[in-house]
Amino acid sequence: MTTVADMIRDIFREGSILPVDIATLSDSADLYTAGLTSHATVNLMLSLEEKFDVEFPDRLLRRRTFESIDAIKAAVGELLDQKAAA
Amino acid sequence: MSDLLQRARRVGAEVAARHASAVDADARFPRESFAALKAEKLLGVMVPAEFGGAGASIPEILSLCHALGQHCASTAMIYAMHQIQVACIVRHGQQSPWHRQLLQRLAGEQLLLASATSEAGVGGDVRSSVCAVEVEGQRLKVSKNATVISYGADADGILVTARRTPDSPASDQVIVAVLKGDYRLEQTSSWDTLGMRGTCSNGYWLHAAGDVAQILPLPYADISAQTMLPTSHLTWSSLWLGIATDAVARARTFVRAEARKKPGSTPPGALRLAESMNLLQHMKSNVVAAARQYEAALGSAERLTALSFAVAMNNLKIGTSQMAVQVVNHALLICGISGYRNDSEFSVGRHLRDAHSAALMVSNDRILANTANLLLVLKDDPGLFP
Repeated sequence: MTTVADMIRDIFREGSILPVDIATLSDSADLYTAGLTSHATVNLMLSLEEKFDVEFPDRLLRRRTFESIDAIKAAVGELLDQKAAA
Repeated sequence: MSDLLQRARRVGAEVAARHASAVDADARFPRESFAALKAEKLLGVMVPAEFGGAGASIPEILSLCHALGQHCASTAMIYAMHQIQVACIVRHGQQSPWHRQLLQRLAGEQLLLASATSEAGVGGDVRSSVCAVEVEGQRLKVSKNATVISYGADADGILVTARRTPDSPASDQVIVAVLKGDYRLEQTSSWDTLGMRGTCSNGYWLHAAGDVAQILPLPYADISAQTMLPTSHLTWSSLWLGIATDAVARARTFVRAEARKKPGSTPPGALRLAESMNLLQHMKSNVVAAARQYEAALGSAERLTALSFAVAMNNLKIGTSQMAVQVVNHALLICGISGYRNDSEFSVGRHLRDAHSAALMVSNDRILANTANLLLVLKDDPGLFP
């Protein structure tokens, strides 16, 4: 079964978001240390919004939301829960 | 008026103003202004009281930049750039014993800090570095081909950005604080410009060595978003407002003199003066509103690194940098040939040349492109008051 983390990893792979292969990084690895730039973060958000059909509210548009696969998974999970409850 | 502001006004009117023409003509460091600022203990004012400083707030610092900007823009710009570096140590250095000691020295010895962020080979993007910190045991080394280190030769210390390690990607940067004695500068370019000539923004090869404790603990990306970006745009905007304020003061004196010659008839420049005051008020409102927004977000890394906050600070910079030139240009039109002359009391030539730097130092086009990128994901807050 494809997990949310797998789908997030697909985005990294398909969008060349990082200068390194996402497969070499664990879910808890610091993505900024791995070379995630603020410009690339915006592309990442756009891809996440498209793939999961969600919208990041402004309160989640901050650096720490995207610092690791785990952090992104938590944010996407929260938005998916909200969507399911709506 | 606060005591700090009184002291800054005194330095501005009695020292900076007197040497502003020479600093501009010779493109030299405003040494008289900085001797006076040191004597008045105005360099370390942002340092918290527990480290021996005055613990000045952001609005106070902005008022000082504004006051100095009315007399010598180069003095004010160097003062602003120094305060941006001090702010980084105040906000992000207090957890580190080495930087706590630096805070004490900033207050006690009134050290002047410069910065080395620009580098050859990164296309003007200060959020990327080529150079890297090399660590061996407890010692570090860094060599940087810095395209600009403003007043580098006259500073007592430099905050240098570099990649965290030789293996780190370009965007994973740290700040290293190095003090005189830790580094050697080889000048690679000189500074003969249209305006802001006293900032002596020469290029240098910087070769530094020090202790690993001199690295600020937080990544540069966070320091940049939380402190460097907002304090840069706020202090710069305040001093640009200072330049514009003095130009309008000259225009006002000019119009009044005309009015006194012919009481009963409104001088031709009066209408444009009213227009200048309108622009000046816009500028001021921009600075004050952004300063309040920064103060409200202070202490919250979440709010300071929010994209909406970055957009607000970008907009402050774009707006005030454009308006500064507009306002000074109005003053020039009002004062006419007297304003165009370099040897008249109504001269605004230096103001105009200095103001033109505003749109270029961190290019407005680059900032707009950054905002444009953020707006792809940012949702708009429809409320009038946050």
